[in-house]
Amino acid sequence: MEPILEVKNLTRNFGGLAAVSNVSMQIMPGELIGLIGPNGAGKTTLFNLLTGVYEPSEGLIEMQVDGKPKQIGGMKPYKITNLGVARTFQNIRLFKSMTVLENVEVAMQRNIQYGTMSAILRLPKFYSEERWIKEKAIEYLKDVGLYQKRNELATNLPYGEQRRLEIARALAIQPKILYLDEPAAGMNPQETADLTKLIHEIREKYHLTIILIEHDMSLVMNICERIYVLDYGKMIANGNPEEIKNNEFVIKAYLGEEI
Amino acid sequence: MSQFLQQIVNGLSLGSIYALIALGYTMVYGIIKLINFAHGDVYMIGAYTAFIVTTYFGFSFFPALITCMVVCGLLGVLIERIAYRPLRHSPRITALITAIGVSYVIEYTTAYFMGSEKRTYPQLLSNASFQLGPIKISTQQIYIFLITIVLMLLLQFIIQKTKMGRAMRAVSTDENAAKLMGINVDNTISFTFLIGSALAGAAGILVGIYYNSINPLMGMVPGLKAFVAAVFGGIGSIPGAMIGGLFIGMAETMVIAYGSSLYRDAIVYAILIIVLIVKPTGLLGKNEREKV
Repeated sequence: MEPILEVKNLTRNFGGLAAVSNVSMQIMPGELIGLIGPNGAGKTTLFNLLTGVYEPSEGLIEMQVDGKPKQIGGMKPYKITNLGVARTFQNIRLFKSMTVLENVEVAMQRNIQYGTMSAILRLPKFYSEERWIKEKAIEYLKDVGLYQKRNELATNLPYGEQRRLEIARALAIQPKILYLDEPAAGMNPQETADLTKLIHEIREKYHLTIILIEHDMSLVMNICERIYVLDYGKMIANGNPEEIKNNEFVIKAYLGEEI
Repeated sequence: MSQFLQQIVNGLSLGSIYALIALGYTMVYGIIKLINFAHGDVYMIGAYTAFIVTTYFGFSFFPALITCMVVCGLLGVLIERIAYRPLRHSPRITALITAIGVSYVIEYTTAYFMGSEKRTYPQLLSNASFQLGPIKISTQQIYIFLITIVLMLLLQFIIQKTKMGRAMRAVSTDENAAKLMGINVDNTISFTFLIGSALAGAAGILVGIYYNSINPLMGMVPGLKAFVAAVFGGIGSIPGAMIGGLFIGMAETMVIAYGSSLYRDAIVYAILIIVLIVKPTGLLGKNEREKV
């Protein structure tokens, strides 16, 4: 089987600082990958490179599109999104003044075609397409358990539900690859347990490849099949949870050198 | 009393025109945080477009209105593409000064090609008027009201119910998140300029008909007043621009009727100063704290 995503010697410099340095990864379709590392290790920068927010300074990002690897490094974010890449954000970035339903609809509308004129003239195409994205959006809201709140403003949801809404919005992209940036940040143990369940459910239902950044080690060790470890922008280890727990470089990065 | 009601009618017609222009200011500000000082000149181009197509090509009112809206909409898109897009990530002051420059370019290019003297419109709408009890309403005023109301309803519909409107609202809340949700931000910004400038085009033809006199610098003062209207309503807020436009039109008319027409411009700037002191976010503006 071909990898769905292959990162080759990826580097991103900010001035003299290499925030991500010579990173390579190979991710197979359907894998659930953890990306961990101390604060400032370059995890979010790596996500930003993978989703087009930053251009790579060097290296390639190849995604499997229609059976062929396609170089996506440096492409515009919305174009990468259109290839089936979705993400959530470390610090929640919902469209606050829009309703829960609209937040999901926004992410779906790349799939609809009607033009300004057919909207102004209210042609049947406008109604049928709008109805279609509404129905689909409702389905995603049901997945994350926010159907009842669909008409509330996003900003009025409690924190944990805002995180779930971000996931619903990402699902609405209909992604092949889903990046979750610290999905459990700020959650209590019960919420984290619910989140773990949700991640398993959406992965099954939508056949997703998921890569998540997380500081909550119990979550990572619990659900990730394979883990990559970044430290100072470099990939220092890669393996299953058991291997990572016992890897001396990882222990050093997290706990420091023995004295 | 009858004079007062009469002034309300006059104030509403003037206010509708300001509101149409103010909407363009507020929409552009909402999406790219730029005060587009060339917006008043887009409105002037609307007035000239109508002048040309009606005088030289014999268009009647509605075809001329549509032509104005299309021409101004495209002009707005062009201005954004040439002048503002390259500066999207520059400091705000750079784009602001560019906007003033664009404004002069449009004014003096028009003066070069069309002459700087005043022009008068052919009569497009009858100036018959109706007596409604004590109030006299002209056909022109009725057209101004109706067209403004229809355009505003249409705008609300586009912004609240269509994918373009959702994209505009998403981009104005968080441009980078919108990009990652598959929204083409450049197209969305162009679309905003298209709609805002088309509304200014409609205002242009309506003013040409109402005052029956146009010149290349006619956009400056109404442009500034519409800007005040947008600030009064809360810049970035669409209902705010509508209310602000009507309020400024009304205030100006009342000052002419009961004070002195010498102060018609002064009152508008006085309102601006008071708003900035008392409630800088405007009537419906959001209280955004700058992140430190």
